Amino acid sequence: MAERERRLTPPRGGVFVPRVQVLAPEDVQRALTRIAHEIVERNRGLEDAVVIGLQTGGVPLAFRLAQILEEMEATAVPVGMLDVAFYRDDIGIRPVLAEAITAIPCDLAGQLVILVDDVLFTGRTVRAALNALADYGRARAVQLAVMVDRGHRELPVRPDYVGKNMPTRLDEQVDVSLDGVVLGDVVAR
Amino acid sequence: MAERRRKMLSPQRPVVVIRGGTVVDETGERRADVLIDDGRVAAVVEDLDVPAKATVLDAGGCLVTPGLVDLHTHLRQPGGEEAETVETASRAAALGGYTAVLAMPNTNPTIDNAAVAREVLALGETALCRVAVAGAITVGRAGSCLAPMGELAALGVRMFTDDGTGVQDAGVMRRALEYARGLGVTLGQHCEDATLADGGHMHEGAWSSRLGVPGVPAAAEELMVARDIMLARLTGGRVHFLHLSTAGSVALVARAKAEGLAVTAEVAPHHLALTDGELAGYDAVFKVNPPLRTDADVAALRAGCAAGTVDAVATDHAPHPPESKEGPLDVAAPGMLGLETAVAVTLDALSPAMSFGAVMALMSWRPARIAGLGVDQGGDQGGPIAVDMPANICVIDPTERWEVDPERLASRSRNTPWAGRMLTGKVRHTVYRGEAVVVDAKAQR
Amino acid sequence: MTPPSPPPASPTGSDDLKPPPAWHAGRHLLSVTDLGAEGIEEVLRVSDAFVEVASRPIPKVPALRGRTVVTLFAEESTRTRLSFETAAKRLSADVLSFSLASSSVKKGESLRDTVETVAAMGVDAFVVRHSSAGAAAQVARWVDAAVINAGDGWHEHPTQALLDCYTIRQVLAERAGRAVSDVGVKDFVGLRVAIVGDIAHSRVARSGVLALSALGAEVTLVAPGSLVPPSLEGWPVTGVSHDLDAVLPHVDVCYLLRLQTERGAGSFLPSIREYTADYGLTARRAGLLAEGALVMHPGPMNRGVEIADEVADLPRSLVLRQVANGVAVRMAVLFLLLGQVVGGDAAGVVADLGHGPAGDG
Repeated sequence: MAERERRLTPPRGGVFVPRVQVLAPEDVQRALTRIAHEIVERNRGLEDAVVIGLQTGGVPLAFRLAQILEEMEATAVPVGMLDVAFYRDDIGIRPVLAEAITAIPCDLAGQLVILVDDVLFTGRTVRAALNALADYGRARAVQLAVMVDRGHRELPVRPDYVGKNMPTRLDEQVDVSLDGVVLGDVVAR
Repeated sequence: MAERRRKMLSPQRPVVVIRGGTVVDETGERRADVLIDDGRVAAVVEDLDVPAKATVLDAGGCLVTPGLVDLHTHLRQPGGEEAETVETASRAAALGGYTAVLAMPNTNPTIDNAAVAREVLALGETALCRVAVAGAITVGRAGSCLAPMGELAALGVRMFTDDGTGVQDAGVMRRALEYARGLGVTLGQHCEDATLADGGHMHEGAWSSRLGVPGVPAAAEELMVARDIMLARLTGGRVHFLHLSTAGSVALVARAKAEGLAVTAEVAPHHLALTDGELAGYDAVFKVNPPLRTDADVAALRAGCAAGTVDAVATDHAPHPPESKEGPLDVAAPGMLGLETAVAVTLDALSPAMSFGAVMALMSWRPARIAGLGVDQGGDQGGPIAVDMPANICVIDPTERWEVDPERLASRSRNTPWAGRMLTGKVRHTVYRGEAVVVDAKAQR
Repeated sequence: MTPPSPPPASPTGSDDLKPPPAWHAGRHLLSVTDLGAEGIEEVLRVSDAFVEVASRPIPKVPALRGRTVVTLFAEESTRTRLSFETAAKRLSADVLSFSLASSSVKKGESLRDTVETVAAMGVDAFVVRHSSAGAAAQVARWVDAAVINAGDGWHEHPTQALLDCYTIRQVLAERAGRAVSDVGVKDFVGLRVAIVGDIAHSRVARSGVLALSALGAEVTLVAPGSLVPPSLEGWPVTGVSHDLDAVLPHVDVCYLLRLQTERGAGSFLPSIREYTADYGLTARRAGLLAEGALVMHPGPMNRGVEIADEVADLPRSLVLRQVANGVAVRMAVLFLLLGQVVGGDAAGVVADLGHGPAGDG
């Protein structure tokens, strides 16, 4: 969710200027592999597991994670994507942006949902996601996997699986993708 | 001499001096001061010696012209007093430089009999301008039975019209013209063929098609103009065309005049300045009958004024209470205020292409004659400004810029299309029968 | 499920981007001209998301929770009103419906007083349908709430045009085997559309002409001489025809307008029968259409008048789809109008926005 938050935090519409590469692509892959192991260990397998990536940053990570889990356990793992625009708590406070796709692969009743996002920041996106998921059925459990936890929570949300804990200043920005994690600043144009 | 001196010192009507202006009347234009005493012009000379007890009206930089005469005003009384009364309209008229207005008969009850006419004339006696009355052509303006024109003519009515609607039946109009010819009065026609105009709320054209509003084609007016020209030819009666709005109408009248027919025509200031595009915002203040038309029509009307085809500018002052003007277009009442903005709008539209004298002809002495109020017809309107003439005079500053604030108009209603706009040209003083009823753009009573 | 393609590139494909369309900063949808091609595209894209919402077991999102939407209908129109009400409810807004036909207005209260009274109860959006052109624009002058024109006399019916464009886009996508979200407004360029029927009195036609031509489609009008508007000056159409048979083989979409029975009463048309004979889409005429051509109608249909019974039920007839898409499109409009910055510098905030480096779609 970092992308959208970046665009809405002053200086709005600025340019991301990278400063430090914190994780290389291989580091991201290793982190996802470790997270996959943790998921399987904690849940004693992948029964009823569904991986759902949050638009847009969490989606590529979710697909990669699902792929790793499938190889690990030799079993199919359904993957989906969720856009939480309609569940945000800041509708009417911030402008609405164009929407990305929501595609939930199955009824979530009784399922174990692994929610995947790139960056955990204030926690509001995850709260919106939990509300959205509830409309697709009552999951047995929802566990949160994030590549980067950058602190500054505004709601009582905590991740179950973390790629890297990265304390940041409020005015810094974190850019996450399968190509790595970069810390930088947003500079007004 | 003693008689005159006694009258000069009489306290009843003060001595008024209009100083420093340029007198413009049908004899021409000249720098002169005007001395008014006991309701008459006493002197017109440059650098007048101002008598001791005189009220001095400063006319520096201004035109001093015979009082304006409006051939077409809706006083709304009796029956429509929440929109306007004879008194409030006359105050608006005086502020607009008018010393006489012709009241339209579409009141409630209609001015189609002597009793109602007397009532309006009586109300006019204490007004700030002369109130003349037009009678209806048909009873109740219903278009079928002739109204008692003789009875009304005996009261001094010289113009008859069913304004608000046109006389639809050609046979009825023919008989009315023949009867009117016998009485020596003029019939005024609101040219609108009801079947063509049916359901229309603005000019039918590109704008009405885009806005999805039912329109009134130019032909609805031109059809009746053409018809009445033929009837004038047939009967020898006198026809005056009210509020012409199309190029086609002007062309028809020009040909009729060239032929020597006794037809005259008036145009409203809003048709000289505004077009149908004003309705893009669906603001009913711009809804009027006949509707605002196209640039080509505006140009033709202006040209018609310059060429003499159009005889008069008449305001068609039509007050309406706010509820009638702010709803959906199809239920809004048509009509705009006009008395207080006429001078500015007309000067802006017609000069400098026309001289001040030519414009004032359209607003003062020519309409005075059409209404039968001219000095040479036994009336007191239209000037010229000369010794012993009745003192009905207005003083106009053609350069003063002012913003139209509907709340500050003297009219009881607020439906002016010029609300919030800047106009150039304002009446500074108005003298009615020797009394300064407007001084420095403020009504004195 | 296959991984999605990379997030769509920003509209102009570069980092130096213009801000998103700001039509909703104007707070009203009164005419299709308020939108422009970009605005139309935005509505269509947001509608995709709401089509997905409609497919859920619980087709509801909390996006407009706590907002109040009032439908103000002076003309009877159950289907449009229900469509708007459903849209608002699916966004979790509170909905009030006010029928002007049977209310205080009949007792003489002016429209302005009625609207201001209702607005005083705390309304975020009015959906207005009225028999007089410009009524929605007038309401917009009187209230602070957002105003959506649901049809004003002969003037416009913007959401109808939007849902029609959405339906066309949906079918184009299916035909090409592409996802709807991949079909953009570029695919409308050169699309040949004929609008058939009482153009002069049709708000659907006016909005349709504006929307389709803004997207680059070529629109032809087909109508009897007495049902063409008095002037087509400035109308973005390729022409007017009085010969439906000649036009049909060359169109991609045949859009039929409803003929109101009063038009056939003798003053505009000699009879309904003559209209159907010359301008109705009979089974024979449907055969003149090209293979992939579509048939559309805003509803409700006069079966046997402008469209033959059997033609209405052909696969190429999209009437039911139009209705289904109506709710999603109206949800998109409501969401875009009411989901904006409330008060403050709305236009300024929107103008500030650019796109980040990895274009968030």
